[in-house]
Amino acid sequence: MANVIKLKKGLDINLKGKAAATISATNASKTYGLVPDAFWGMKPKVVVKEGDAVKAGDALFVDKKHPEMKFVSPVSGKVTLVERGDRRKVLSVQVEADAQQQFVDFGKKQVNSLNAEQVKNALLESGMFAFFIQRPYAVVANPDDTPRAIFISAFSDMPLAADVNVALKGREQEFQTGIDALAKLAKVYVGVNAGSILAGTQNAIVTQFKGKCPAGNVGVQINHVAPINKGEIVWTIAAEEVAMIGRFFNTGKADFTRTIAVAGSEIKQPQYKTVLIGAKIGDIVAGNIATDKKVRLIDGNPLTGQQTSTEDFLLAHSTEVTAIPEGDDANELFGWISPRFKEFSVSHSYFSWLMPKKKEYTIDARIKGGHRHMIFSGEYDSVFPMDIYPEQLVKAIIAGDIDRMEALGIYEVAPEDFAVAEFVDSSKVELQRIVREGLDMLRKENE
Amino acid sequence: MGLKKILDNLKPTFSEGGKLSAFGSLYDAMETFFYVPNETAKKKGAQIHDAIDSKRSIFFVIIALIPVILFGMYNIGYQHSLVAGCEAECGVLCNFLYGLAVMLPKIAVSYIVGLGIEVAVAQWKKEEVHEGFFVTGILIPLIVPVNCPLWILAIATAFAVIFAKEVFGGTGFNIFNPALVTRAFLFFAYPSMMSGDKVWVNQNYMDCINGTIDGISTATPLGQLGAGEAVSYSAMDTIIGTIPGSIGETSVIAILIGAVILVWAGVASWKIILSTFVGGALFAYLLPYGDAEALNFQWWEQLTVGGFCFGAVFMATDPVTSPRTEGGKWIFGFLIGAMAIIIRVLNPGYPEGMMLAILLMNIFAPLFDYCFVQANINKRAKRAAKK
Repeated sequence: MANVIKLKKGLDINLKGKAAATISATNASKTYGLVPDAFWGMKPKVVVKEGDAVKAGDALFVDKKHPEMKFVSPVSGKVTLVERGDRRKVLSVQVEADAQQQFVDFGKKQVNSLNAEQVKNALLESGMFAFFIQRPYAVVANPDDTPRAIFISAFSDMPLAADVNVALKGREQEFQTGIDALAKLAKVYVGVNAGSILAGTQNAIVTQFKGKCPAGNVGVQINHVAPINKGEIVWTIAAEEVAMIGRFFNTGKADFTRTIAVAGSEIKQPQYKTVLIGAKIGDIVAGNIATDKKVRLIDGNPLTGQQTSTEDFLLAHSTEVTAIPEGDDANELFGWISPRFKEFSVSHSYFSWLMPKKKEYTIDARIKGGHRHMIFSGEYDSVFPMDIYPEQLVKAIIAGDIDRMEALGIYEVAPEDFAVAEFVDSSKVELQRIVREGLDMLRKENE
Repeated sequence: MGLKKILDNLKPTFSEGGKLSAFGSLYDAMETFFYVPNETAKKKGAQIHDAIDSKRSIFFVIIALIPVILFGMYNIGYQHSLVAGCEAECGVLCNFLYGLAVMLPKIAVSYIVGLGIEVAVAQWKKEEVHEGFFVTGILIPLIVPVNCPLWILAIATAFAVIFAKEVFGGTGFNIFNPALVTRAFLFFAYPSMMSGDKVWVNQNYMDCINGTIDGISTATPLGQLGAGEAVSYSAMDTIIGTIPGSIGETSVIAILIGAVILVWAGVASWKIILSTFVGGALFAYLLPYGDAEALNFQWWEQLTVGGFCFGAVFMATDPVTSPRTEGGKWIFGFLIGAMAIIIRVLNPGYPEGMMLAILLMNIFAPLFDYCFVQANINKRAKRAAKK
């Protein structure tokens, strides 16, 4: 039986429009785009030219510092555009898909017969390695490092997040193969929730977590299982991506198909969809949006995701696409004193504490208040289930005090760990942005 | 909506470059007073937010103060009627209206002076006006003696807002509770207006008797104890609050209603309130004034007199000047309670110690935080060293 760790702090936000457990396929997009920014912390060097023909699995760009790390095309077809922004920053590399998909054949492999070097090289070559995120800094892992451990959270409790039990149903074997491969590289830890189909995973240390959001964050789990010390490196990877690695070794093909949740109050039929990374968001939500209101489309869940549009491409790590009302035309009168029965709040000055726990809320994208300095204390702390003082850490980052950031444990966190705190913050401080900047600042200083 | 249109039409006038741009932050304050900002989340970061904001939290402090304010007004009238000898003719409503008439100018002065400075500073710094002063501005009239002249109140308020708050950077950065700084300023700059036994009952409009009375002496329980006399009020009087004292501090019942509202709304830390009472009770028990029977004063009555309750509930819990760590809050409260009693009992110069205790602990709040945060840092460093 797995170890059980109970977490007290946190907050479950019950949003309307959870995906029903039905999976359907998405219509193929005309063009697919790989967005380098989704692999935070790496500088892309584009290795294709517009007009080049590529197969699924051919590199589109590589990391400038580590050219052996490839970022490969999810489809076969013709490179149509290398989209650049300010200072020639690569925004996306777009490929027009062939009608008949052709895959690069990397060759089926028996994971058990491989050594660590062979596993790593296979992953680097096939673009799978790019999905590892390292801590400290929450950036793409460095292939030269030997991590102390690899952590996988096999559930997400973020609002509207995809349920791994649905997304990986019937793919437990692929997940196990993926774990076996990772176990060649380092000690593997898997965090599961109650009733997880992955609780029986072998070749890894499985820990069960009970608690409210963000207990499903891998950073929170690391903090409770084996916290990261200064100078140590651990890698994390999502459960969906472990199964993808398993499929790669079993089939020899770099297949980036995944099952994502399409959810939210503005989605007509919230459900699961099988899609390819890089697909057009518009094709994923086509015909499924309630059109009477202005809608905010989010690549990811409403707490950690980012705003997207029908013209954007599905980012590499996405496990869901969600839609909520934009709400910028709400013009709500006297918000500071009206009862506002429909609103959700942790504060008892609203009435959501009186409502049944099952009640689902529609929350729009407004920040619902003015930006203030941090006034009320203990807000972040109550939803931050790590042995870290979140407020003090954020203040150290704002002050640019690198020594203090380190002392307070910045190398244990990723921006997503502050998502719930950002939600409850009555001073509306952009915590995730600040933490991201802090991590980047520290990395620049240390490298 | 009509109002929205009016505001939208006025916006260019008050924006940068507009005719009245000097009043931009005032316009902004009005707009956010009427409407929840329509600003939506940035492209990256949390896309949804809790409905709570600082405006609402701070407004709940004012709601929690309503019982105290209403009772305070009544008590002004009641105390006045007592010394004027007309408590028989003047009923509850009469007493209340009298108190209202005395109180309103004080509230008006405090708000006009304080908010005026806040708006001017916000405009100068090109920031939004913060809501913090709405609470401070109502707290100030509640913690001064009823006879405090308005011009002194205005000077004290201006001093506190400028030197206790704005010079530190405004709401969220001040070290001392601004309302208490107002009181401390009065206490040290105009001692005759702040203590003794002539300041606690309003004697300005003695209309219900013929002629005027000069210098009526009405001592507070703590004044009597400080002078070594027996207390002339029963425990019931001090709990209900029909005694002389600063306007907001007398009624334990009204303050406890406020405490329930504050804690329930999550605005004040119950840890601070509870630990203040624990610290106060312990030291009140250890340090009695003398013979309880002779003085007509049991040790636990310490917690019901003076500004103890009001300070514990409304002053010590100020989130900005109290510790940020949960552990720090326990120590902070306990020491406030303990220190208040120590000053009261052991220092002959100051019959009341709550204000000084809270201001003193405001200084120490960052130290308590430091201890807890440093323990966390050390733990992490130790963990890393073990590897």
